[in-house]
Order: sequence, then structure tokens, then C-alpha cells
Amino acid sequence: MLEVKDVVKAFDKSLVINGVSFSIAENEVVALLGPNGAGKTTMVNLISGHLQPTSGKILLNGEDITNASPYQRIKKGIARNFQITHLFEDLSVLDNVRTCVLSNRNQLGRFFKPASGYKEATEEARAILGIFNLEQFSDQPGSELSEGDKKVLDTAMTFALKPDFLLLDEPTSGVATADKFKVMDTIIDAIGKRGTATLIIEHDMDIVSDYCQRVLVLAEGTILARGTPQEVMDDPRAQETLFGVSE
Amino acid sequence: MTNYLFSSRALGYLLALIVLLLLPQVLSPYHLTLVETGLSLAIMALGLNLLLRYAGVLSFGHGAYFAAGAYAVGLLNMYFPDNFSFELAMLASLGVSALVSALFGFVCVRHTRIFFSILTLALAMLMFAILEKAYHFTGGSDGIRIPLPTFFGIELTGMRRFQFLVGPYYYIVVGIFAAATLVMLAVVNSPFGKALQATRDNEVRAEMVGIRVKRFRWYAFVISGTFCGLSGGVWSFVNGHITPEISGWVFSGEIVYMVLLGGFMIFEGPIVGAMLFTYLRLYAVAWTEYWMLIVGGTLVLLVLLLPGGVTGGIAGLAARLRPGRGGGRG
Repeated sequence: MLEVKDVVKAFDKSLVINGVSFSIAENEVVALLGPNGAGKTTMVNLISGHLQPTSGKILLNGEDITNASPYQRIKKGIARNFQITHLFEDLSVLDNVRTCVLSNRNQLGRFFKPASGYKEATEEARAILGIFNLEQFSDQPGSELSEGDKKVLDTAMTFALKPDFLLLDEPTSGVATADKFKVMDTIIDAIGKRGTATLIIEHDMDIVSDYCQRVLVLAEGTILARGTPQEVMDDPRAQETLFGVSE
Repeated sequence: MTNYLFSSRALGYLLALIVLLLLPQVLSPYHLTLVETGLSLAIMALGLNLLLRYAGVLSFGHGAYFAAGAYAVGLLNMYFPDNFSFELAMLASLGVSALVSALFGFVCVRHTRIFFSILTLALAMLMFAILEKAYHFTGGSDGIRIPLPTFFGIELTGMRRFQFLVGPYYYIVVGIFAAATLVMLAVVNSPFGKALQATRDNEVRAEMVGIRVKRFRWYAFVISGTFCGLSGGVWSFVNGHITPEISGWVFSGEIVYMVLLGGFMIFEGPIVGAMLFTYLRLYAVAWTEYWMLIVGGTLVLLVLLLPGGVTGGIAGLAARLRPGRGGGRG
């Protein structure tokens, strides 16, 4: 479970996040919505440890991780992907995922036995590729995948870290419209199997309403609205902020 | 492990080893010492390529670690002549170069791209200045002569240097080169090697999957520097004399040249480059006093016409001759 308690983030005199509080329980998928400049990416960076809050606390499974480094947070169970895909492009698709699996098993610092010789890690990586329908690309370099498959691989890599809390920044951006729901089905299915608490930044309201239990609307650094997708869509302030219209 | 031990690469290595072991039967003693030089430099080129190909950073100062290894041998002889054995000399080469590369690397790996390269160059020049100016300790520009050592207690008294080089030492060099190649192959294919490549491909993502990027790059730097030190130690016996020039920027540039000549994208490329460079420099020096023009000219041609080096060119040609199959990559 992730808890964000009264978090404030200021850059010089500019207040980007102003007293935000929310929590995400195990097996819960929450969407973070908001217009450009609302502070979504700052919020994600605060949770992943790339930024330190000016005040407030962040707790993971009850443990205060506010001052933990990004590395410590990863080891405690936080994983994230990025809006723009970040792969190890010259490594094979299998090695992209296996590197994450080996990292999760604290086996990356080993020097002499070839990575392929770590049978359990390799099998686990292949199983993850199977879940994300990427098995057939195992031996191809990451750079040779289509944009949509790169995005899926990006998400598969975060899954390989077996996180307790997952931050997904637009997991379907770049994916062909016809494949978006298939990709989300795969992600949600995998989340469900591990019971991972998940925060998704997503602009596609169809995806939000189909896959997220709760929605947080961030505007000018504060939570403007929160509730189920339907409740938020019925909220005139959220409508105006997100779509520029109100009934 | 099994699949790569019995791969075509393993078969190729076995054949290459057999050829190397049979060379004394067909090559003149003079050419045998050239092969020895090439093999010892190949260890260094493999070391540099760990940083260039697998960590994605280019060092222009690896002469410093080569010199650290060579001077460890020289100073051992200078200050502990009664204990001057080959095995101790190799341990000193490995230890001193590991220590120097750990210190220098600690500074360098905090940066990437041009900043990394400039720092490595600056630190190599610092090493050059120390070796050149500390005359009473290092012999200054006169350098240090390297006599024949003992081997596990066996005295080589009565054996002339040339006999030693074309006799037992050749097989020792082949053995050390083979071991170093296998160790480096294991390292680049290990989880550490894959993590290192991950840091090269995407540093931000590497951090986000739990790789301590600077620490891993530092480990790679130390391994790379230690390979150079081993190379310097082995080479010092072949050359018989060491001077501060081996830590300077010209020699450091030559190491980069070897790797580019052979091709840095393929694991074996630096080995080919070191061998070719040894012969190219020899014939260029014999042909003209402006031999550096030939070396420089070939580098320009290489970058323009054969950016993948000799092995990259061969792999590209082989891929073109086999339609439907991609080019090999190390």
C-alpha cells in the first residue's frame, strides 16, 4: 500500500504540488489525471524518489520512504516506466527483461557465469515475455520492435521487478488504437496476479473508465476531484479542467 | 554455459589456439616476437573495449594503466631484485594497475562522453609526468631495464633474452592471452556484462531497474585497467625496457587506434586490431620516417570507409553473401 501524506513540492518560489494526500491499496488501480502542467510528472518523480518533497511524507507498506533514494525505493518495491519508452535497445528483448529479473534477484553483480546460465531467472523472464505476448521477439534487439511492442516491453520490464507499487506513465501511448485494450488487458491481468498497487497516468478516458477503480484529478498542484471514474466524469469542475467544458 | 562452450565461437577459439601453439614451427624467431608483442597488446585492447563497446565510454588515457603494470614489474626488479620472479611480477602488475585504475576510475566514472574522455587523458598525462619527473624513483626518461625473471624458483641464468622470448615465454604469453580472452568473454556475457550494456543503452532506465550505474561503470573501469596492467606486465618482458612514453597520450591514442582498426563492435575485433597494428607500425616505420602519417591516414580511411573496423567489414561482407541473415555482433 502506498500512502502520500500532505506532500508539498516547491521549486524556488513556485509551488508545484500543494498538500496532496492519497493512498492506493494492494490490487487497486488508480488513474492520475490532469491538464499539462498540473504536476502529474512531479508527483510521479516524488514517489519514485527522483525528487524530494519540500514537506510531507510518502509511505510504502507503512514504511516511511520520503528520504529514500530511487535505488532504495526500487529495492523496497517501487517500479516505474516512462511516457517515452526507455529500453536497452541493443540488448535482446529477452536480455531486457532478464536484466530486470536478475536485478530483482540481486544477481546483477556476478561476473563469470553467463547470464543465460541463470536458468531460473531466464525461465522467469521467458514467462514474463509470454504474459506480454513478446516471446516471438526474444532474440531480437529491443531497437527492432515496433513502437507499440516497445511500449509493451517497457511495461514488461517494470513487471519483472515484481513491484509492490507500480507507476505507469501513459502505458498505451504509441500503441495502435486497435491494440490498446489488448495491452491494457495484459497489464491489468498481470497486476491482478501479483496484487500490485498501481498508479496510472493516462489521458484516454475509455481506458481510465474500463480499467481504473479510482481517479484522482490533479490541477495546479492540488487534488481537484477524486472518486470512481463515473463520479469524476460527472463532476463539473473535473469536466472543465480535463475537457475544457462543463454542463 | 554448455551451449556457448560448444558454439562455433568456441571451435574457432580452439583452432586459433592450435594455430598459435604451432606458430613457432613455421615463423621465424623475429616474427614470433612480433606475435608476442601483438598478443600482449591484444590483452590491453580487450580491456579498453570493455569500456568502449560495453560501457559506452571512450578512454584516451589507458596508457596509464598499461604503464602501471609495466612499471610494477620494473620497480619490483629495481627495488627487490632478489625476489624478481615472473609470478610475483604478474601479481604486482595486476595489483598496481587495479589500484591505479580504481583511483583514477573513481574520478572518471562520475562523467560520461567528452568529459570522461578528457579526464582519462588528463590523468594519463599526470601519470606520465610522475614517471618522467620522479627520476630517482622511476628512472625518469631513461626508463627501467627489465631483465629475465625466475619462474617458480627456476633460474634462467645462461639463457639469452632472445632464446627466452622465442622459447618458453612465447607459450606463457599465449597462455596468458588465452586466459585473459576467456575471462573477458565471460565478463561481457555475465549478468554484470549485461547490466553494463544496459547502462550504455539507457542510463536513466538502468537506474530505474536497480542498477547502480556509476558503481558498475567503476567496476568495468577497474577490470579494464587491470587488463591493461596485465598487458603492460607481459609486454615489459618482450620489450626488455620501459619508459614513461607508454603512459603518454600518443600511446593511449594507439590503443584506441588498435580497437578501431580491428572493430570495436565485435568481441574479437580488438585482438585482430592489436595484431594488425603491431605489423602495420613495424612496416610503416621501416618504410618511412613519416610513419605516423601512414598510421593517421589509415585511421581516416578506416573511419570513412570501414567504421566497423576489419572484423566489422568482414562480418558485413559475410552477411551480404548470406541473404536473409543478419550481420554478427559481439
